[in-house]
Amino acid sequence: MKFSEQWLREWVQPAVSTEELAAQVTMAGLEVDGVEAVAGMFSGVVVGQVVSREQHPDAEKLSLCQVTDGNETFQIVCGAANVRTGLKIPFAKIGALLPLKDGPGDFKIKKAKLRGVESFGMLCAEAELGMAESSDGLMELPEDAPVGADFREYMNLDDAIIEVDLTPNRADCLSIAGLAREVGVLNKADLTELVINPVQPTIDDTPVIEVSAAEQCPRYLGRIVKGVNVKAVTPLWMVEKLRRSGIRSIDPVVDVTNYVMLELGQPMHAFDLKQIDGGIRVRMAEQGEKLTLLDGQDVALNADTLVIADHAKPLAIAGVMGGEHSGVADDTQDLLLEAAFFAPLAIAGRARNYGLHTDSSHRFERGVDYNLAAKAMERATALLMEICGGQPGPVVEVANEAHLPKAPTIHLRRARAELILGLKLADEEIEDILTRLGMQLTATSDGWDVVAPSYRFDMAIEPDLIEELARIYGYERLPVRLPAAASPLARVAENRLSMGDLRRHLVARGYQEAITYSFVEPQLQKSMDPEQAPIALLNPISAEMSVMRTDLLAGLVQAVSYNLKRQQSRVRLFETGLRFVPQADGQLDQIPTLAFALTGNRLPQSWADTDANVDFFDAKGDVESLLARTGTLNSYRFVTAEHPALHPGQTARIEKIGVDGQWQQVGVMGALHPSLQKPLGVKQALYLVQLDLAAVRDIAIPDFSELSKFPEMRRDLALVVSQDVQVDQVLQAIRAKAGDYLTKLNLFDVYVGKGIDPDRKSLALGLTWQHPSRTLTDEEVNDSVSSVLAHLNESLGATLRG
Amino acid sequence: MENLEALTQQALAAVSEAQDVAALDQVRVQFLGKKGEITSLMKNLGSVAPEERPKMGAIINEAKDQVEHAISQRKQLLESAELNAKLAAETIDITLPGRAMQEGSLHPVTRTIERIESFFAGAGFHVMEGPEIEDEFHNFEALNIPSHHPARAMHDTFYFDAGRLLRTHTSPVQVRTMEAQQPPLRIICPGRVYRCDYDQTHSPMFHQMEGLLVDKGVSFADLKGILQEFMAAFFEKDIKVRLRPSYFPFTEPSAEIDIEWVIETPEGTKTRWLEIGGCGMVHPEVFRHVGIDPEEYTGFAFGMGMERMAMLRYGVNDLRLFFENDLRFLQQFR
Repeated sequence: MKFSEQWLREWVQPAVSTEELAAQVTMAGLEVDGVEAVAGMFSGVVVGQVVSREQHPDAEKLSLCQVTDGNETFQIVCGAANVRTGLKIPFAKIGALLPLKDGPGDFKIKKAKLRGVESFGMLCAEAELGMAESSDGLMELPEDAPVGADFREYMNLDDAIIEVDLTPNRADCLSIAGLAREVGVLNKADLTELVINPVQPTIDDTPVIEVSAAEQCPRYLGRIVKGVNVKAVTPLWMVEKLRRSGIRSIDPVVDVTNYVMLELGQPMHAFDLKQIDGGIRVRMAEQGEKLTLLDGQDVALNADTLVIADHAKPLAIAGVMGGEHSGVADDTQDLLLEAAFFAPLAIAGRARNYGLHTDSSHRFERGVDYNLAAKAMERATALLMEICGGQPGPVVEVANEAHLPKAPTIHLRRARAELILGLKLADEEIEDILTRLGMQLTATSDGWDVVAPSYRFDMAIEPDLIEELARIYGYERLPVRLPAAASPLARVAENRLSMGDLRRHLVARGYQEAITYSFVEPQLQKSMDPEQAPIALLNPISAEMSVMRTDLLAGLVQAVSYNLKRQQSRVRLFETGLRFVPQADGQLDQIPTLAFALTGNRLPQSWADTDANVDFFDAKGDVESLLARTGTLNSYRFVTAEHPALHPGQTARIEKIGVDGQWQQVGVMGALHPSLQKPLGVKQALYLVQLDLAAVRDIAIPDFSELSKFPEMRRDLALVVSQDVQVDQVLQAIRAKAGDYLTKLNLFDVYVGKGIDPDRKSLALGLTWQHPSRTLTDEEVNDSVSSVLAHLNESLGATLRG
Repeated sequence: MENLEALTQQALAAVSEAQDVAALDQVRVQFLGKKGEITSLMKNLGSVAPEERPKMGAIINEAKDQVEHAISQRKQLLESAELNAKLAAETIDITLPGRAMQEGSLHPVTRTIERIESFFAGAGFHVMEGPEIEDEFHNFEALNIPSHHPARAMHDTFYFDAGRLLRTHTSPVQVRTMEAQQPPLRIICPGRVYRCDYDQTHSPMFHQMEGLLVDKGVSFADLKGILQEFMAAFFEKDIKVRLRPSYFPFTEPSAEIDIEWVIETPEGTKTRWLEIGGCGMVHPEVFRHVGIDPEEYTGFAFGMGMERMAMLRYGVNDLRLFFENDLRFLQQFR
């Protein structure tokens, strides 16, 4: 909310500067967003009047005017279109200092020659005085503006506009009166209360008002004012106060209702009486009922919307916006003024449902003082009569006490206040603060019974009062203490790999951690995981961020592509986070996942190494190194698999054996499918890995086994097998027959080529045996080798290389 | 015996002429070996008159010792020259770069979160995590934000359908923890959160860290204390912390957390308050929703944005850098 500091100071006069005032209210929870001057710094500008105007002899668009400052007449050349005889304008005389449009500093008005004619000063537009961003023509002053008066003084321009960002609980501060109350409390300063006397009716006309939705509208006041001159001009002081509050002057009736809303906090509405058919009915809308709003928008009303209707049709959305048809128009003579209390819950969210947000809905949603309507009605009537004349009728009030809010009695315990604040405030201090806030206190044995004023909708329970004590006492003055020491030592599960260790493992292997958005572009998502429909956002920021990732690969591929396009040809990235996988039963799995991607040179280009690029086995080596950290590498296996986004010949499913002995998929890895390289902007081989975090974070606690004192026995075998036999099959076959004391099995060469049948490959394997408690004999080991070879030959057709 | 004298001189000359250990050894064999020329003289002593023998033997032995000594000295010389030559041949340019795998690094947001976790771990706080797709109850209602509450407008929520949304803060993790455990509780909840807002200073996804302490007798003074300690630990200097009254439906009293930031400018040192998070005493309504007795226990909660903290700590000036994953950015956080 924006307000004029001067206006506030009409209500309360604390001895603090603008800056101090802003700091003070900020520290009371009314955050000041900005303070700006209502006009630029200028001097030497007076109210002038155009005495005569004629065409400039040599310029079509310039006027030659005689302008008076009340004493003297000056010849002025002026380019504005709206300059005319009789017009009163801000007149910058020779020597006046005007603000520069951009940036600090000013410029001096001097005698000038324009197209050969001398000009002794300048007639000003609002923008030239720093009163508006831009303006169209000269600023036109009212007819009663005193010629010769200092313009700054006349306009009261030594004022600041203060903008406060109010939290939703402080609806009571959405008015000058409310802000003044708050400033008064903070400064222990009294308010200069506005004296509002009831306006005596001069006619008997009363509106017919029926409220069928009493819960939503517990109080409705209406008054007829007849013979109103809607063509009257809103006085400058009101226009300026509205302007400084960010509200444009429209017509005197609307200006008055807006003014009262800003001044007291009560939103009001004025209907054109002749458009009201029969009388006012405050009721819920019928579903689909049509209404054209003041902003020209046609809406079909929902049944949850409270409307002000007449006997035939809806006239306005209650507390939100009036209708176009029943609003004040040029030919309006008689008005129906409305001031009501609408229950916050009846208004909350309704404006948004119609794409609206108005000053009125903003206030009613948060809570308007339910005892304010009568006062506001009198104030508005008096202002209206002052400006537009008219004859007021009596006020008709329809109220339903049962539905009006009741200020609760809140019990405040002094011990509780001390506990929460960590400070014992003296009783007098507590009583002083709460009383200044307008609360009524009754002492009890352990504290007070407190009744909050009707404008404080946010006071309902004890902590609300404790917060008020803290706020007014000053958060900064409250004590500081360190919480008592924590519970016993933290118990950290050793069988769980910490995320920090896991991340650092990959960092040490050359991976850079990435963080990508959890929402991705649907087409990208589809190309990476076509079989899984993702869950889509109803209100995405953009199409590029509209579905939730079902895997982490899409985001990583994008990040890789981003870097490749920036001349980084060697990229290794990893990410951890949730992927979101809708299940057949409608449930949604949010699975903690690890993914990594690698492409480019195996090692950074160096004098010491070759320029070889990474391949599948670099990726697999990184996976294995992680799995090795679990201490149970043997409970994982890699199975040839297919994946729509991966190379059909270079894809593995990573499986882990469960407690039930079943293998379960815990990840997938492989090369990005070559046909996806171009569309995804990755024009080189890219290897991708994705693993369920749970599967790699379960780690075994080391279990010591005795060191053998006896020598190892090693045999190397050179086997030849068919190309389509997988190494894993060979290793498994060896393990199956090598006996209990095989301790190591190492594949140290794979050879295809000269000397070998082209359909076959040669594998060189090292087998090591060791017995824990004795020396193995050559015979034993030779027997094992024989049975291994026999089994390999029988099951896989493997032979020893000749 | 002129013969011996000549032979000795010949042997000594051969020793000094030997250019390597092998040649020297040949010299040794030639003169001192079993059939060596000096050795032969000794063997021929038999042909010398018996009374002459001891004298002659001593003379030959002396010559032999002389040659042996020369050989040994020459050998030492030759060996050390050989070693030096070998070492010289093995000399390398130690300024060549080492043969190394290039290491990666943690993302600055993770680095920030991990640092903060370690501070709080020291004070007995446990790290808790939770789902990112949440329900209305855990994200809003349990936090005292009913459906039409104006505070919901402050949250710019991403929705999937009537019941499901992307969490707008990590507070639902607090709710879930309190549902599952009774106090005393000390937890911190880091993680991704989402707001439907995207511009220069807002990202639709960012990271929050929230903390919660619930116990008997916890007060606002404890909250002030822990935040002050935390800021000093995070920035590694005494930094002024200001709690400014504010409003959150789930805490009361509520406050914004401001820190005093010192900026060096050409015109001199300037300070200004920066808002970096929110905090307050847990609202009794929140306790009621999770079955904790607000009369028995009190607690405080706080939350702050991790990108903001990382920006302040490392001087990053553009929020968007955190999610572009540009290696040139990421590699600065080694």
